[in-house]
Amino acid sequence: MDAVVHNAKHHPIQEMDTTTDSRDYLGHARRDAESKGYDDWLIVDIDAHHVESVSWSEVTSYIEDPVVRHQAMMYQKERIGAPPYGLNGDLGLRYQDVGGRIPHQSSQREKIEEIDVHRDVVLTRRAMHGLALDYMVLFPTPMLFLGMHPQTDMEVFLCNAYNRWLTERIVPGEPGIVSLAVLPFNTPDEALKTVEKMATVDGVIGFCVTSTRYKPVHSNEYMKLYRTIEETGKPIAFHAGYHWQDPSLATCNTFLGMHALGFAWCNIVHMTNWILNGIPERFPQLKSLWVESGLSWVPFLMQRLDDQYLMRQSEAPLLKRMPSEYMAKNCWYPCQPMEKSNIKGVECTFEMINAHSQLLYASDWPHFDFDTPSVIYDLPFLDEKAKRNILGLNAARLFGLNENGP
Amino acid sequence: MEPVRVGAVDEFGDRTKRVVFIGHEEIGVFRLGDEFFAWRNKCPHQGGPVCQGRLYQLVRENLDADMKSHGRVYDDEKLNIVCPWHGLEFDIRTGQHPGTSDLALEPATVQVQAGEIYVLL
Ligand code: FES
Repeated sequence: MDAVVHNAKHHPIQEMDTTTDSRDYLGHARRDAESKGYDDWLIVDIDAHHVESVSWSEVTSYIEDPVVRHQAMMYQKERIGAPPYGLNGDLGLRYQDVGGRIPHQSSQREKIEEIDVHRDVVLTRRAMHGLALDYMVLFPTPMLFLGMHPQTDMEVFLCNAYNRWLTERIVPGEPGIVSLAVLPFNTPDEALKTVEKMATVDGVIGFCVTSTRYKPVHSNEYMKLYRTIEETGKPIAFHAGYHWQDPSLATCNTFLGMHALGFAWCNIVHMTNWILNGIPERFPQLKSLWVESGLSWVPFLMQRLDDQYLMRQSEAPLLKRMPSEYMAKNCWYPCQPMEKSNIKGVECTFEMINAHSQLLYASDWPHFDFDTPSVIYDLPFLDEKAKRNILGLNAARLFGLNENGP
Repeated sequence: MEPVRVGAVDEFGDRTKRVVFIGHEEIGVFRLGDEFFAWRNKCPHQGGPVCQGRLYQLVRENLDADMKSHGRVYDDEKLNIVCPWHGLEFDIRTGQHPGTSDLALEPATVQVQAGEIYVLL
């Protein structure tokens, strides 16, 4: 050992915490991207998040109703330590970081030196760099629970305020940031107005319904909305969430169990109603996306609905094909979180959902179960064409994005 | 590769770590009591910077003789490194994920000589 002369260099970041720069946090992803040559690939992240409540004073200043806006702004200005005005949130939001084990989920307190753009633009840019993305679709976080708000008006006020704030303050800050206008879906007439208002706004590439809600998606009240969305040519996305107070989910004593089921359950219910009530037959050009439920629920539901449908076709007379055929043709699926403990199961899922055309990459950054593009790139059963489709080209075709990047 | 000096033993407190570069490799060196362990800073889950995570004691379920649960407790003997990307935990001593034998950290060789710690790749 006497001959040893080399000293190891200390890593400048000994421990990641909530102040770590996203570029450092994602440094391994960036290096992986460079070694795989992602810069030559179109990579579209269909589902990433920012924490809009950090900017809640700004967002609420966009509320149109003058009385509610005034109330919200006074509250934001004067109440210390109180939750953001008007948001219902969910208890589960407090458990996402597994007791501090996942600091980027806890919060992003990193230094922002740029003053020419909003903080969320800087954070998004850094994540896009780390993950080697060309486009990132930005979704809110606590607003995902607005479908459970007891005041349906509040969903209208806040969705519309958020959409305006996002498209005026955040989206223009970086060419690759795009958004899906969030619809106040519990008030169908207002959701329709939101579509009409937002359809031609720069950076709005589709519409988002937060899935945690109890209003059936096949209600007649929504037909005009679906027709209008179909006419825009832009997709409708059902973004999953959970509701721990749901009586059956309330039996789960862990966030692990509640989250595993909750994020799939809401979309399982909505998809079932969507298909069995023949929405794809009524609106054949309407493209729907089923976001952040993972993929393993899809083969389950396909087989389950097919099996039952054959015996009870009279209850779903609009269907001309098997439920699974609609699910594999009229619906698109972002992959996150990629459940991949059984690789044969993943391969079978990909076949069943027509992954080569219907599957999209999503990171869900900065959430605790985010995925890097390597979850697709590293799959042993895909050829390069399929990987390129899933990582970006399918999304480009679906949303009309530039295949050469923004 | 030649052994590379990571530091003196007394620079490491009990239950602490140091992340270093050895060539282009990132290695985490951990002290637990009088023992040292070294693991590559690449998580077997999605390649995250596992050694740059936080240290947590292993959590156990507190069952009584009737198999009734009385919540969870920390195990004072077992210390895990938690990957900061998605929270997967790995035993500092064995490198194993506590919940599956399918996932483990990749080891590096660590040696202690004359009060100095060396890592060999
Ligand atoms: S990469 Fe380490 S937990 Fe996922």
